[in-house]
Amino acid sequence: MVQQLGFLKETPSQTAGPYVHIGCTPNFSGIAGVYESDLGIAMVNDKTLGERITIRGRVFDGTGTPLRDALLEIWQADSNGLYNSPSELRGAADPNFTGWGRCPTDMETGEFVFETIRPGQVPYKDGRLMAPHVTVWIVARGINIGLQTRIYFDDQKAANDQDPILMRIEHKNRVNTLIAKRDGSAYLFDIHLQGDKETIFFDV
Amino acid sequence: MSNIKPETGAFFQRDRQWHPPAYAPDYKTSVVRSPQRALLSFDNTLSEITGPVFGHSILGELDNDLIHNFAKPGESAIGQRIIVHGRVIDERGKGVAGALLEFWQANAGGRYRHKREGYVAALDPNFGGCGRTITDDEGYYRFRTVKPGAYPWPNGVNDWRPAHIHFSVFGHGFAQRLITQMYFEGDPMIWNCPIVRSIPDKAAIEQLVAGLDMNNTIPMDARAYKFDIVLRGRRSTLFENRMEGN
Repeated sequence: MVQQLGFLKETPSQTAGPYVHIGCTPNFSGIAGVYESDLGIAMVNDKTLGERITIRGRVFDGTGTPLRDALLEIWQADSNGLYNSPSELRGAADPNFTGWGRCPTDMETGEFVFETIRPGQVPYKDGRLMAPHVTVWIVARGINIGLQTRIYFDDQKAANDQDPILMRIEHKNRVNTLIAKRDGSAYLFDIHLQGDKETIFFDV
Repeated sequence: MSNIKPETGAFFQRDRQWHPPAYAPDYKTSVVRSPQRALLSFDNTLSEITGPVFGHSILGELDNDLIHNFAKPGESAIGQRIIVHGRVIDERGKGVAGALLEFWQANAGGRYRHKREGYVAALDPNFGGCGRTITDDEGYYRFRTVKPGAYPWPNGVNDWRPAHIHFSVFGHGFAQRLITQMYFEGDPMIWNCPIVRSIPDKAAIEQLVAGLDMNNTIPMDARAYKFDIVLRGRRSTLFENRMEGN
């Protein structure tokens, strides 16, 4: 016998269910007066540094139907590639940028919209730079454990070609599922949970 | 958030045999909302190691009191008054300080305050169903509410959710992000529920069942349930860029 390692087990995930908005975006769901505003609706203010961008899209199920009850959160670096987090030891991130946003999909159209800034590049463990990207976390009724993916940008081709995560993807025809397409002044990023166009999701 | 040095190590790998699988056909909605391709695995980068942390300044006075935070002045929600409390720790047993918890639930009759919800049980005019709090320096949290009722849902012909409270938890890294549900000790509905049973291991299910905690029950006021939450632990960064210990 050896000593027990003594680690605990992580609390198991459960679906967020159809009424996730009550807890996470109560004002959006019509419960007014409990919180001043919903958390995560504003990532930027007048003083935020960097290029303003809009990211919009929808989340589709395996039948091609948009989810109208999903909740998305994004997490990204500031314009200098620094995270607004205590675990960021490389320097102080832009205090006028939260780095974190939350958006429920529209109850009629299924669309989500984030008003944010273009993230700077962040180093991978070996020092190579990752291409500018936004981390996405998706929960909804029918999703038993939150799905993680990343948004990259189609006008950053040189950086994308050198990105250590994108380079790991064996099926190159799937890389495109992580690349947001410039659409006028916004980037379009549709997410497909299942099927031929299935988005790449991560185990990280 | 105290003098404890921020941690920068990668998180322990998630045990996806312990968590529910994406595809759990008895929970019907999961059938078309589950990815079919394998997940792409890679060790945490800074993008997963870091995460948002929220200060106590976001909290209002009644945010952790669901009995009163939606009630008219002088009134309160109807139902069994309970305190839910516990500790957020990580897989190493360390308390997670400054963790934001958000919770939501149906009222005592099993009715949610949501425009998509049409269950015949009545709304309680003094109950909204949302609350939030932030753990203290040792990872402890508590809130006050009414015990939610069971409610029927259109899955099987006669499926009912056990009484439950939804929890959304932020740790210190975005890879710790977790949403789960808390159930109540002794509820016979737990073991029939297709959402509960999406979790394959009975021991994992039991981790979601809060025990009745008479020690923290307030006589003549409210009973207490204790619900501890475990988030992913993190590795030492010793063998990466910095010579830091465990």
